[in-house]
Amino acid sequence: MPTTQQIQVRRGDVVVLVGTMKGAFLFRSGPDRARFEMGGPYFPGHSVYALAYDGRAGRQRVWAASSSMHWGSVLNHSDDFGASWTTPEVPTVQFPKGGKALASIWQICPGRADEPDVIYCGVEPAALFESRDAGKSFQLVEGLWQHPHREQWQPGGGGLCLHTVVPDPKLRGRILVAISTGGVYRTDDGGRTWTVRNKGVRAEFLPDKHPEFGQCVHKVARHPGRPERLYLQNHWGLYRSDDAGDSWQDIARGVPSDFGFCMAVHPHDPETAYIVPLESDGFRCTPEGKLRVYRTRDGGGSWHPLTEGLPQRDAFETVLRDALGTDEEQRAGIYFGTRSGKLFASRDDGDSWTALAAGLPPVVCVRAARV
Amino acid sequence: MTVTFQLAGFLRSFASGAREVRVEVPGGTVGDALRMLGERHPGISSRVLDEQGSVRRHVNVFVGDLSIRDTGGLATPLRDGCSISLLAAVSGG
Repeated sequence: MPTTQQIQVRRGDVVVLVGTMKGAFLFRSGPDRARFEMGGPYFPGHSVYALAYDGRAGRQRVWAASSSMHWGSVLNHSDDFGASWTTPEVPTVQFPKGGKALASIWQICPGRADEPDVIYCGVEPAALFESRDAGKSFQLVEGLWQHPHREQWQPGGGGLCLHTVVPDPKLRGRILVAISTGGVYRTDDGGRTWTVRNKGVRAEFLPDKHPEFGQCVHKVARHPGRPERLYLQNHWGLYRSDDAGDSWQDIARGVPSDFGFCMAVHPHDPETAYIVPLESDGFRCTPEGKLRVYRTRDGGGSWHPLTEGLPQRDAFETVLRDALGTDEEQRAGIYFGTRSGKLFASRDDGDSWTALAAGLPPVVCVRAARV
Repeated sequence: MTVTFQLAGFLRSFASGAREVRVEVPGGTVGDALRMLGERHPGISSRVLDEQGSVRRHVNVFVGDLSIRDTGGLATPLRDGCSISLLAAVSGG
């Protein structure tokens, strides 16, 4: 096994969590985000599709879902930025006896700030798990598991997974999830009942282009300060909602393609969002061999390419659904990784970019935080 | 009866680094032996079996030189003193 390089993280640093198909990596810098150093690989040989930082209740905890083709998936955590990891002997995220078996953990999402012991995991097969004891144990959210639509959900290219969990930071009990392929579902009562929220979202791959459910939503991003504002990257289609998902408006104007996987919203400006368009579902690479992040500053009224510091020639890259993230700085840091193992960072809202790494395993998850 | 589990490298971390683990088995099948192993080392059995008790798809279990896929799965009968190998399949990417 490879030697794992350790990093010393200090309070106030900015840390970028990077999950790949062959392990996890941590990057740290001082508050200026000028120079990053890398730690890892952690869980070498295991894919890490989900990472999260939990700074609630005085913690400095990194969560990592490692998955082995052979030995299954498990949720691990570190309270010292990778110097040591706590791995439960028996995985904490498991289906009840007599049911399905966990295939993979796709999403780790700390709950609301005023519920510091609540953590959610979205998994494959598509289901939501909730912990109310800071991750010591998880329970299947039965309200969604028993939903009458579930038997008709179909697997997408990545399997039948619940890959997005978006709790409402203001309205207790409201959580939105996205499933490929099922679409968007929302609960307003803490998970007991769920209603489909796909109105206006197309399903290009079905005879009925506007079914009640069955959409292949790739990612949904919520603005933390204006939680009714959502952005959605669909399997063909870009959408915005101003009513917490009750309805969706097409905002695919001025993009080279409305196909893509990732979506992120600026931490302070609800009108600003980021995507990385891909040419098509038939050729899932950046159009014209140019690696361009597209940014809107007017809620999707228009989109503009961000290219400074990004390769604009022979760059046929793919950025997957969770491989784009932001920190929470006023002048936001934007970070993304590619399937070819490149990691890029911007510390100026996306105006310019620098490469942090070029030879990682395929990047599948990027998260960032000041710790 | 007594059987000896031979552990793949990854599994040894759940048995304090041991390459093999010997267990007393009251029943007579591979499933019985894995249950006893799980009582002592739940970290191993939960990597070999999923939460529904099925052997994971890319894990191979051998009794002697024979894969239990060809001999009855978890119902494969055991002999006293036999060796059970828990190994990763050659699958990967």
